[in-house]
Amino acid sequence: MAVLTEEQTMLRDMAREWADNESPVTAFRRMRDAAPAALFDAEGWRAQAEMGWAGILVPEAFGGAEMGYLSLGLVIEQLGRTLTATPLAATAAATSAIVLGGSDAQKAEWLPRIASGEVIATLAVDEGPRFAPDRIAAAVEGGKLSGTKEFVAEGDSAQLFVVAAADGLYLVSGDEGVTRSTRLMADSRSHAQVRFDGAPAERLSGGDLLVQVTDRAAAAACAEMLGMAEAAFAQTNDYLKTRVQFGQVLASFQALQHRMARMFTELELMRSVVEGAFEAIDAGRGDISQTVSLAKATAGDTLHLVSREMVQLHGGIGMTDEHDAGFYLKRARVLEQQWGNAAWHRERFARLGGY
Amino acid sequence: MATAPELDAPADALDAFRTQARDWLAANFPPSLRGKDNSMSAVEGPNADSPEQAAWKQAIGAKGWSVPTWPSDYGGGGLSRAEARVLQEEMARVGAWNPMGGSMGVMMFGPTLLEYGSEAQKQEHIPPIVRGELRWCQGYSEPGAGSDLASLQMFAEDHGDHYVVNGQKTWTSGGQWADKCFMLVRTDKSKKHEGITFLLCDMTSPGVEVKPIRMISGSSPFCETFFTDVKVPKANRVGQEGEGWTIGKRLLQHERNSLGGGGSSAARMFAGTPLSQLAKQHAGVDAEGRIADAELRGKIVRHEMDLRAFALTLRRAQQDAKSNQGPSAATSIMKNVGARIMQERSELLIEIRGMAGLGWEGEGFDEDALKDTRHWLFGKAVSIYGGSSEIQNNVIAKRILGMLDHQ
Repeated sequence: MAVLTEEQTMLRDMAREWADNESPVTAFRRMRDAAPAALFDAEGWRAQAEMGWAGILVPEAFGGAEMGYLSLGLVIEQLGRTLTATPLAATAAATSAIVLGGSDAQKAEWLPRIASGEVIATLAVDEGPRFAPDRIAAAVEGGKLSGTKEFVAEGDSAQLFVVAAADGLYLVSGDEGVTRSTRLMADSRSHAQVRFDGAPAERLSGGDLLVQVTDRAAAAACAEMLGMAEAAFAQTNDYLKTRVQFGQVLASFQALQHRMARMFTELELMRSVVEGAFEAIDAGRGDISQTVSLAKATAGDTLHLVSREMVQLHGGIGMTDEHDAGFYLKRARVLEQQWGNAAWHRERFARLGGY
Repeated sequence: MATAPELDAPADALDAFRTQARDWLAANFPPSLRGKDNSMSAVEGPNADSPEQAAWKQAIGAKGWSVPTWPSDYGGGGLSRAEARVLQEEMARVGAWNPMGGSMGVMMFGPTLLEYGSEAQKQEHIPPIVRGELRWCQGYSEPGAGSDLASLQMFAEDHGDHYVVNGQKTWTSGGQWADKCFMLVRTDKSKKHEGITFLLCDMTSPGVEVKPIRMISGSSPFCETFFTDVKVPKANRVGQEGEGWTIGKRLLQHERNSLGGGGSSAARMFAGTPLSQLAKQHAGVDAEGRIADAELRGKIVRHEMDLRAFALTLRRAQQDAKSNQGPSAATSIMKNVGARIMQERSELLIEIRGMAGLGWEGEGFDEDALKDTRHWLFGKAVSIYGGSSEIQNNVIAKRILGMLDHQ
């Protein structure tokens, strides 16, 4: 565990307790079955906003808690454990763009409403099925943004978009010139296509703002992946201790013990690199991109392994919709792709390191 | 981000200690010895100390700072953990090394004896370890008892005030240079674990015979050690008869900690010419200045990322230990991950250098490359000794994950 302040420890414990008691995987299952238009758990999101989580990154001057990225990561990790489906991560990604690149007026307009949970925001970067921040066609002319963004997280409900255009990031709010098309995906979460057709847009400042913001978004995804991987692993370990075949619990078979021990080893490494990324971000270090790429590549590989093994080690029951294993598997693959898959991040790590 | 408060000493006392350590190092560690660390000589063969090295060894041994946290009653430094960290920082600052740091007495036997030994045994054996005067070797493995160590057979027969020991030990590291041996023997054939006793034996005792084993790396750091009617006084028994397994396991914990978690192994891997630079020299670069061999480049990048993850995990385990969260579960993975990364690095060095990375000795090869050939081969032992990787996985599965044996 990273070195936490007392406040962070309390926040983490509170989030864990809330996820376990108020938002277990059954809550996600209910949302999936009900399939609301926004494709998230509205009740859970209200509760999170009441607890102040929407404002973790928002400066105190604008009504937030200003607790930093590690704090955000601790909360998202706990939510990842039970697959809580709320727009917290997407809103936080957009929040980071406004905090880092917004004018005082932009901050004053949006941050208090984000912190209160009134406004759901998101980050719209990709224009195709793969993360490609260096291939952006969307453009702004005379304060009007045009372009099509694909797989925008919480795009079905967001009222505020931070949109990547060829020359930087822009704020787009309201529905003028904005067309959303739902894309139903394997993880049952919201990933809409959003078409901007001359939508009024305000520029955020900062030359490398896109990199800074997508790095922070990737770190948040890593936190969710860490929580998921730990929960998937723990659930698998519990199952092996109860399932009996050949008159023995599966946990007593050495072939399975060694697979679990290897996964445990990878999980420990994963925790270290994810915490390392948040530490670099909060300290404002110069190597944030390297640490995020290390974290995202490792998290992608490890969650891939753990989610695949969760199904395999559960056997037939893990293949059923009634069981939760499939939820972890499906969400895992989406997060592996989001903000750059393992190969993308290894390549960036290599370029930054001069390999 | 907040850091944990120092628990064991107020900051100003530490500052005073830092000054003291700095002054003492300035007076005793000659800058000319910087980087001339010969503390691994117990494994790689005894190097003769230069007069300067001998003087440094004598000085740090007399001060007790070769084992900073051991009690001063037995010659140790008597420092708090916080002070020991300060000392370590100050030594690193001037490039000072601990001549006794790699010895078995310091890493494994000493801590165990401090915990389980009698007062007389501690008085007798600890001070020479502190001063680096005597070399200890480990009599654990036998030809028929490797990973299943508790099946060991070497028998110690009760002869009143002494035992008579017969049998064979193997993989005795540094046995040919050792003065003393701590060893596990069987005193009761009717019980497995409870029939084991922990004895200390003089390697000059009549009936002890040592034969070095030539390894694939060409060196002979391990020995077979034969015991024929060797007399061991009962005063040299640590703990009671039948307690040997408990004591011996404790010693193995110290061994594992020193093998995986010391942090120095990761630091060593970060040192030296970066793999990327070597790869560019040997495999060339493409038009964009990248390592030309794309597959090799990918392997190197994965390796470097793995190494960073390992270093971050070592640091996390240290932070956990410091902030009183108890020993981290992360420590259990250290030996396997350390071994995996170290071995991958050696294999990559060969792949990078091609045929030039497989030179054995003599003309026509880079000196570093020749060393790396031997390290590559010797390094295969890392996932075998001190509890093989498979045994480590058993330990993780059973102790940490709570997976049980067949019922």
